[in-house]
Amino acid sequence: MNAINRLAAVISLASLLPLSAVAAANGMVEVTHWWTSGGEAAAVKTLKEQVEKDGFTWKDNAVAGGGGAAAMTVLKSRAVAGNPPGAAQIKGPDIQEWGALGLLTELDDVSRANNWDALLPKKVAQIMQYDGHYVAVPVNIHRVNWLWINPQVFDKAGAKVPTTLDELFAAADKLKAAGFIPLAHGGQPWQDSTVFEDLVLSILGPQGYHKAFVELDEDTLTGAQMVKVFETLKRLGTYMDPNRAGRDWNIAAAEVINGKAGMQIMGDWAKSEWTAAGKVAGKDYQCVAFPGTQGSFAYNIDSLAMFKLKNENDIKAQNDLAKVALEPRFQTVFNQNKGSLPVRQDMDMSQFDACTQKSAVDFKEAEKGDGLQPSMAHNMATSLAVQGAIFDVVTNFFNDPKADPATAVKQLNSAIKSAK
Amino acid sequence: MSTVATINKASPLDALQRWLPKLVLAPSMLIVLVGFYGYILWTFVLSFTNSSFMPSYKWVGLAQYARLMENDRWWVASKNLLLFGGMFIAISLVIGVLLAILLDQRIRREGFIRTIYLYPMALSMIVTGTAWKWLLNPGLGLDKMLRDWGWEGFRLDWLVDPDRVVYCLVIAAVWQASGFVMALFLAGLRGVDQSIIRAAQVDGASLPSIYLRIVLPSLRPVFFSALMILAHIAIKSFDLVAAMTAGGPGYASDLPAMFMYSFTFSRGQMGMGSASAILMLGAILSILVPYLYSELRNKRHD
Repeated sequence: MNAINRLAAVISLASLLPLSAVAAANGMVEVTHWWTSGGEAAAVKTLKEQVEKDGFTWKDNAVAGGGGAAAMTVLKSRAVAGNPPGAAQIKGPDIQEWGALGLLTELDDVSRANNWDALLPKKVAQIMQYDGHYVAVPVNIHRVNWLWINPQVFDKAGAKVPTTLDELFAAADKLKAAGFIPLAHGGQPWQDSTVFEDLVLSILGPQGYHKAFVELDEDTLTGAQMVKVFETLKRLGTYMDPNRAGRDWNIAAAEVINGKAGMQIMGDWAKSEWTAAGKVAGKDYQCVAFPGTQGSFAYNIDSLAMFKLKNENDIKAQNDLAKVALEPRFQTVFNQNKGSLPVRQDMDMSQFDACTQKSAVDFKEAEKGDGLQPSMAHNMATSLAVQGAIFDVVTNFFNDPKADPATAVKQLNSAIKSAK
Repeated sequence: MSTVATINKASPLDALQRWLPKLVLAPSMLIVLVGFYGYILWTFVLSFTNSSFMPSYKWVGLAQYARLMENDRWWVASKNLLLFGGMFIAISLVIGVLLAILLDQRIRREGFIRTIYLYPMALSMIVTGTAWKWLLNPGLGLDKMLRDWGWEGFRLDWLVDPDRVVYCLVIAAVWQASGFVMALFLAGLRGVDQSIIRAAQVDGASLPSIYLRIVLPSLRPVFFSALMILAHIAIKSFDLVAAMTAGGPGYASDLPAMFMYSFTFSRGQMGMGSASAILMLGAILSILVPYLYSELRNKRHD
């Protein structure tokens, strides 16, 4: 009897809660995102708490799965129906596409009041603007061209931390001879293309990379150096687990963490796996720029794009979200959890670990020259259609033992042409 | 209402009774018309436009179909469908018929055994796909088990072999569907007139020839129903591939349904995705129309 009474009390309280929340609110912002993994969810929670502390209601619309494809489908159908959320996780060139549809709102007041122009690196600010106005707020900068190393495994095999591609192969040979998997890798199209992109950055350099993936220049795409990229990719594949097909990146990361494999080529989100395993950067694991890409920084920036709303109070809530997202508190917690670099340039970096500090230094250096390049594998450089075409060619080449590098560059060029 | 009823000399209940079936059917009719035929039409229209990331109505004629024909991945997907569909239908039918005939021999515990064979059908393709992905994974499934037992040379790496991965899909799909085919044929076998079989036995026919010459030919309608159901399971196969291989390695195990989803929804090439959807519809219709035509014509003859 007592238990039933208690249950009744809980249910009636729970049913009251949403009511009281609506009653207390003077504006609501709905956020569509796919930050659903453990660390990411914790990071989003801090954003939610900040917005709620400012007296607004946060309506969470997390859509898990498919690297955001599921969330995009939801977002598209809602936008077509004329009922978009206040903010959505949209990044890179997609921001321009949504802006061109006239669905995004201009954040002039917030950006001016909080001096975004000074806070944000110029390249980042450009991505967030449509037609000269801020329409999105960046939350972090991921670096894609990292190599993750387990030093214990390296010591056992007598391998040296590589700085060039030749040294990478030398280290891989030593690891293989000692009975380790040299390179942990998951056979999914985006992971194959992440390795491919790092090789392009390493072999063609940042200018060649820009020509290939941003300008989609035919001569660069079919050139002798691109053939060499495919040859090197094939060679790298021989150092990976043959059973890798379909494996998730975090499973591959676990192989390096557990000492089964020596290295992994992955962006800085891989760090969240090391942190979750209780490992310390610089001591239990090492992060180095992918061999040959020192001084370059392939970026992948997450951002929240803001949609046009009608309700006055909701717009206030939306503006508050835009302001809070760039505040140091959220930037710190979010990026510590994600393993990425804060977008604000005035942050105290001592709260971050060795890898992020190194990332910050490399970012500043890369920004001076051509080193700062958008990641193709993470949809920062091209449209989704072109990216998909590159993925198809790369992943097919990488998984077909009979594939020929010279044919692959021709396929790459024609696939990109037909997707443009 | 009552005045109308008195004028027409019909009770309102009669009017209601006349209208009730139509009223009840109207919502589902509307849903089918809009949600099914309406969207087929919309997809058809979109396949002639340059729709990329959102639907647009700029006419480009057959350009999307031409791009589809040039796309290597589409051809891989189509060939996979032919291979997968053909093998899946053939093997499921053979195993299903065999199981049904064996179960038809008045054996003990038939109900129990029937349930075991039928049970895979109760699982969703996602579960089937995931379970078989683990079973066939070279690092942790059958391959590893047999090697741990001592067959050092044993190697079952079809799941990661681009040339053989389609057979893995066939194995999983056959495992799921053959029990269902068995149930269909068992129901048919039970409906066969026992006196025909006895007459054949009196004539001295052996059991295999009774089944091959007399019983199975009389099950032609069951055979066609099974074929239709299996064919459409094969063509719309999406969840099995998504769970088992996600189209990989590379795109070696891609099927048209996967292709359509990825181009329409995640790659922002809605026009090309729609074109592929229309071609898939064409493939289904090319099987369905002759079948329906022959069925309907037979009815008229009766």
